[in-house]
Amino acid sequence: MGLESKLGNMGVVTARLEDIVNWGRTNAMWPLGFGLACCAIEMMSAQASHYDLSRFGMELMRASPRQADLMIVAGRVSRKMAPVLRRLYDQMPDPKWVLSMGDCASCGGVFNNYAIVQGVDEIVPVDVYVAGCPPRPEALIDGIVKLHEKVRRSHPLKGDREPIRG
Amino acid sequence: MSVGIFETIRTRFPEAITASSEFRGETTFVVQPDQLIAVCTFLRDDPAWRFDLLSDVSAVDHFPARPRFAVNYHLYSLENNYELRLKVWLDGEQPQVASVTSVWPGANWHEREVWDLMGIKFGGHPDPRRIFLPEDFLGHPLRKDAGQFYEEPQFMHNFDLVESQKAYAKE
Repeated sequence: MGLESKLGNMGVVTARLEDIVNWGRTNAMWPLGFGLACCAIEMMSAQASHYDLSRFGMELMRASPRQADLMIVAGRVSRKMAPVLRRLYDQMPDPKWVLSMGDCASCGGVFNNYAIVQGVDEIVPVDVYVAGCPPRPEALIDGIVKLHEKVRRSHPLKGDREPIRG
Repeated sequence: MSVGIFETIRTRFPEAITASSEFRGETTFVVQPDQLIAVCTFLRDDPAWRFDLLSDVSAVDHFPARPRFAVNYHLYSLENNYELRLKVWLDGEQPQVASVTSVWPGANWHEREVWDLMGIKFGGHPDPRRIFLPEDFLGHPLRKDAGQFYEEPQFMHNFDLVESQKAYAKE
């Protein structure tokens, strides 16, 4: 009872190349294992069996930025960490996306002081912001699904970054 | 214990200690900055006390009072279970005191922290860099006159104003 029975014996499926490329990108989007603070605990929880991020082909947290497609900035970014974060982003191969997880990464959160970057969008372009302190794994998964929607809608070569609302 | 140590230091260094106080069993001596190294070396080596552990070096900014900065050295004697606090008063915008890394090597990072956050120079320090903040950070944030390291929170009424000042990263 696999895909073969649905297709009959045609052997050929036609589709738009953009759709197939975007389908491939969304269903094997490997995140960079980049936990900075307590949000990382929720990110690990989202990876684990109860929430099971591998349903979306995202079970592989890559330790190397050269193998990662998505950077989940999980936690507050200190001013000293900022150049490191930008360097990791620059080392990621295109196409790449950034998800800002939690209040601290999105806008500084409760840490409005000299030590913390007031929003990681000052350093790297962010695709999806997830609110919460920390966001529950459901919220992170919702943000990832939003990002998948965005990738499916965008042109695979032009990489247009139109904002997603809602 | 504190009376005995006070008398010992007074006979050895008559000018070194300018004041002493006792609060709930914690003894504090105010030491002249130029006598600090001699007093510390004595306290570490004297067989009666043996303050062989420097637990912490901290600093307080008493702005606008003069003298402005107080550097505190928290000493501990593992052998005798004694605790002692030495305090050095420093004044001016560029305060400087001798480093005690020659007495206790563990003072290295403590003094770097005090330099980083409070801007007190330690003369003769082997590695006088910042320890927490980036190398290019301007100022010392724990000083009371360090200014506001603060970003205006973005609400409905000032959304456009804050948005126009925000630096967004490019690809």
